[in-house]
Amino acid sequence: MAMALKLEPEKCTGCLQCEMACSYENEGVFNPAKSRIKVFSFHEEGKFAPYTCTQCEEAWCMHACPVEAIVVDMATGSKNVLEDVCVGCKVCTIACPFGTVNYEPDSGKVIKCDLCGGDPWCAKACPTGAITYVDEADTTYERMRAWAQQAPSAPARFNPPKPKEVQVFER
Amino acid sequence: MRHVIVGAGPAGVVAAEQLRGHDPEAEITLISGEPEPPYSRMAIPYYLIENIDEAGTYLRKQSGYFDEQRIRVLHDQVTGVDSGSHSVALAQGGSLGFDRLLVATGSRPLDLPVPGGDRPEVHHCWTLEDARAIVRGAQPGAKVVLIGAGFIGCIILESLALRRTELTVVEAGNRMVPRMMDETAGGLIRDWCESRGVRVHVDAKVASIDDGRGNHAAAVRLENGQVLDADVVIAAVGVTPNAEFLQGAGLDMDAGILVDRQLKSSVDGIYAAGDVAQGVDFSTGGQSVHAIQPTAADHARVAASNMVGRHQAYHGSVNMNVLDTLGLISSSFGLWMGKDGGDSITVHDPDRYRYLNLQFEDDRMVGASALGLTEHVGVLRGLIQTRVRLGVWKERLRKDPSRLMEAYLGATRPIGYNAHVL
Repeated sequence: MAMALKLEPEKCTGCLQCEMACSYENEGVFNPAKSRIKVFSFHEEGKFAPYTCTQCEEAWCMHACPVEAIVVDMATGSKNVLEDVCVGCKVCTIACPFGTVNYEPDSGKVIKCDLCGGDPWCAKACPTGAITYVDEADTTYERMRAWAQQAPSAPARFNPPKPKEVQVFER
Repeated sequence: MRHVIVGAGPAGVVAAEQLRGHDPEAEITLISGEPEPPYSRMAIPYYLIENIDEAGTYLRKQSGYFDEQRIRVLHDQVTGVDSGSHSVALAQGGSLGFDRLLVATGSRPLDLPVPGGDRPEVHHCWTLEDARAIVRGAQPGAKVVLIGAGFIGCIILESLALRRTELTVVEAGNRMVPRMMDETAGGLIRDWCESRGVRVHVDAKVASIDDGRGNHAAAVRLENGQVLDADVVIAAVGVTPNAEFLQGAGLDMDAGILVDRQLKSSVDGIYAAGDVAQGVDFSTGGQSVHAIQPTAADHARVAASNMVGRHQAYHGSVNMNVLDTLGLISSSFGLWMGKDGGDSITVHDPDRYRYLNLQFEDDRMVGASALGLTEHVGVLRGLIQTRVRLGVWKERLRKDPSRLMEAYLGATRPIGYNAHVL
């Protein structure tokens, strides 16, 4: 049975447990900035929306990769970044129209959701059932849309440039 | 069905794979003009900084992959196409017949059009062979003059600086990456590069490449009289499509091979994809050459589908680029320069090298450019390509332009679910 993350914004309280679990399990730190799932706040409506890669069939990121560093996990259907192959060119980050592939300046690589190999920690950490890992047929983005249309902060974050080490010559 | 693909870059390789997927029986020949296995030019900057070896540039890394897919890779040059008899002529002799031909020959760098432009110290940075020569010459401390600060020049810029060469960049335009970023953002990229020890000359035209002074092999003389010592000169002054071999084949050409929504050229049975193709432009509705990897992959998928008779219409490519200049990351999308009658929202924080410019037509986003934005940056493509009406979100973005993901989620549903955008 194909499984997928089901995201139900109306159940989300914005507690960010999913972000903490994701960053800890995947990056070894409790740092929401390194989470592959993000909770967006819609303060005007007092609502929250967890959002991450939908493992979409088009796989824009995978097809845009120039070095075959994004591959399909045959077991889960997730599109995974092979960290040792990724050169950090960032083309996948602009190719993904959902904005769910991020460049990580510390590693010089990109990161995205890989469903934790079929046992996603965000779903396990969610206390309200807003994120569940269920039969793919049971995930409907219609619900997401219906909710989002009534609605709308974790703003898109800027990163300060992180200087790379070069030799500076006296002029 | 016999499919011949000329060119083994991303467009050629993706098309070959798609053809195989559509038709297990097809005969597929992929003709590469270079001796190496199909590789990615986009990976060359990372080869230059020794982040990867040559094999790291290969488009498909599993050994025997193309044999396994029954894709015949032929290392040869195509010298001509006979569209009447449906055959291509090969440089090593003989010809190859086809039922469907895909031209995916990409482009090649222009030579430096000045006296001395062909000196041995002057290199392109285009092929693996070029890259090997640059690795030999651009050793730490070497004086390198990079001519051209367009997108390709700027990608190489970072590699050359990280190789700890003493780097000077010469750009004829009034700013860096003039076809990707506006003056404000281009100026910030220049400031950043200079703060990192790279000397940048803009509005500077090269007059000639001369004999070197002292122990330097060459000297780059500018029209303003300045002379720059150089051990290595890199020319990145633009590209031109590889289409000469099509002379007499009857294909309509402009800046590239003109193709319709099926990626078909004006000649039956002949298709084109990638940097050599001038296909439908999502933003303008006209035809443009968008020499970027995502367009090459999209073109290849649509072309392959139509080549096997599965009708698929391309919705057009959105121009986009992302660039890392020594840690300052820039990106631009669609009509980043704006549209007549449109309006824009701008964040400009030069002290922190932040810049975001969103371009609108009514309440639809049509283009964007950004400095320092790396999280969720792809949503700019989503906002543009869905043509979603932002409604209340436009004003919310005016108050806080960083709420791009919220605007997207609030205004649309994911286009991957919604539609076959291709």
